[in-house]
Amino acid sequence: MFYRLSGVHHANYVSDSRIFKVPADRNLAVFIFLIGLAAPFIIPSLYLNSYMLPWLIWTAAALGLNLVTGWAGQLHLGYAAVMAVGAYSAIHAARFGVPWEFALIIGGLTSSVIGSLFAFAALRVKGLYLALTTLAMQFVMDWVLTHSPAISGGSHASLQSPTLAFLGQDITSDTGFYYVAFGWCVLVTIFMLNLKRTGLGRALVAVREKDFAAAILGVNSFYYKILAFATSSFIAGVSGALLVATFFFLAAPEQFSVTVSIQVLAMVIVGGLGSVIGSYFGVALILLVPGLVNGLVVTVSEGLGMQINVETLAHIPNAVYGALIVIILLIEPLGLGKLYGNIRDYLMVWPFDQFKK
Amino acid sequence: MDWVFLSELAINGALTGLLYSLFAIGLVLIYKASSVPNLAQGGLTMVGAYVVLALSHDAGLPLWLAIPLAAVIMFGLGFGIERVALRRLAGRPVVMILMLTLGLDIFLRGTTLAIWGGTSRSVDLGVSYEPLFLGDIFISRIHLVGAGVALALFVAFMLFFRTRTGIKLRAIADDYMASWSVGISVERGVGLSWALASVVAVAAGVIWGEVQGVDQALSLLLLKGLTVAVLGGLDSILGAVIAGIILGVVENVGADFLDPLVGGGSRELIVAAVLILTVMIRPHGLFGRHDIERV
Repeated sequence: MFYRLSGVHHANYVSDSRIFKVPADRNLAVFIFLIGLAAPFIIPSLYLNSYMLPWLIWTAAALGLNLVTGWAGQLHLGYAAVMAVGAYSAIHAARFGVPWEFALIIGGLTSSVIGSLFAFAALRVKGLYLALTTLAMQFVMDWVLTHSPAISGGSHASLQSPTLAFLGQDITSDTGFYYVAFGWCVLVTIFMLNLKRTGLGRALVAVREKDFAAAILGVNSFYYKILAFATSSFIAGVSGALLVATFFFLAAPEQFSVTVSIQVLAMVIVGGLGSVIGSYFGVALILLVPGLVNGLVVTVSEGLGMQINVETLAHIPNAVYGALIVIILLIEPLGLGKLYGNIRDYLMVWPFDQFKK
Repeated sequence: MDWVFLSELAINGALTGLLYSLFAIGLVLIYKASSVPNLAQGGLTMVGAYVVLALSHDAGLPLWLAIPLAAVIMFGLGFGIERVALRRLAGRPVVMILMLTLGLDIFLRGTTLAIWGGTSRSVDLGVSYEPLFLGDIFISRIHLVGAGVALALFVAFMLFFRTRTGIKLRAIADDYMASWSVGISVERGVGLSWALASVVAVAAGVIWGEVQGVDQALSLLLLKGLTVAVLGGLDSILGAVIAGIILGVVENVGADFLDPLVGGGSRELIVAAVLILTVMIRPHGLFGRHDIERV
């Protein structure tokens, strides 16, 4: 009995529209939050920095894409380009001497402006054609980045990120970086959890289900599409900037190429469209499992005394990554979030549903 | 203005464009039958080229035997992909199908490279690299051969769509439900379209493998193939051929004008711009069917 539904009766609208309708869910979330806070003291700093930190920042980024793809239903294959805009403008601002707090906001706002350009494609077409247009826009952005020395420093150059500092405190330790990533991820998560309780969230869902029908009901689909793109681009921009400031330390155009766009979309879809917890699972799966499988292959082949070609080893993570996307989609098209939901719903009433039969 | 040079650019562009068409025909075949955007065509093309290489170089078969054999293998692979993966997602939102084909693309690329390695190899078709001179105009022989293959495939598919099976495929493309109700096996039809697209991928893989070497760059043709397919209309094979020629000419001539201005590498930019403009101005392409959406 993991969940107790007994005694949970919603008698008014306020209690029915809580984020966590079941106290056990809320307790679990608080527990996980506390673990997240204590992580630097529990987890060795190598794992903290190379697994936890990218996981949290990518989750924040994936949640942003989830807003536009999962909630508003607009396909977006140029998300990495928007992240790049945020990363580059924030770093340029910081190098110029703007405090990091404002540099991040500048990065987010620039992303919002550029990201809203993608929305104009969304006003004209949708579905497949929107995906193709955003894909083409990603190529255009990549091209602009690599070909304008003023932004990226040229085609093979990289841009050094200045030392991260908040409220006058330089952040240089692994723990510090982790807390920055953790804080941003928690902020985005709280925003996304609240989204479905607001009029904005409901309007986005209406636009997703059928934009014409939403327009007939008085939902201005034009406005909400642009809003969705702008909001998600803001999240993308700040996440991109933080990714460079706390993880890569250098910004290079290849970090935000089209394969990265596909990767973020894969995280969102494998995690589950419109599912917050799913995005956490999706990012973990796409980011961590290919490397783990590769490690497993190496150990097994060494155990069996087989020699595996270096080139083969280099490409196994890619094959695994592709296979993971296909397998998850075949098992459950709504992704890991839906799988989690199914298990949770089963355990909610377990074992008492057995008595009904 | 040097007209000889310009016409040379245009002719070679048109020939390259026909090679893009070769790739785009595969996309169109699948979209026509099942409205599925096959983003795995790049991966399939790569697999096709590597299977030909494996049969001809590693197993030592002659090319005239290796290519048909590879076509048969790929025919089976195409059927298999549809049966295992695509059929289970039929009727799902396009975002999931898109992601599935992207996943397939990544998987096919990763697996091919894991098996055969990433070093670039050549197919050795036996076409000489000597340029062909038409008056003062210089033409690459392999591009000419490829363009011929593309046109031959186009004619073959035009004829195929007049046969009994072809008419069934056209019926499926026209209306899924209606063809079901008159007893056409829609599943088999869609499977067949995947199998045919995989065979086209062998042709594209061999020709492109000869042009630029067999390596993972083959899958980068996807953007150009997509642009050609969209420009021509996603469900029109004739459109794919004509759009291929248009894109090839625009890209080659445009790059010549733009490259000095922006410092090189403007080809991708032109292709992306053509794709964006097509979708913005005429989403159903030159010859595609304009779908009406109902609330």
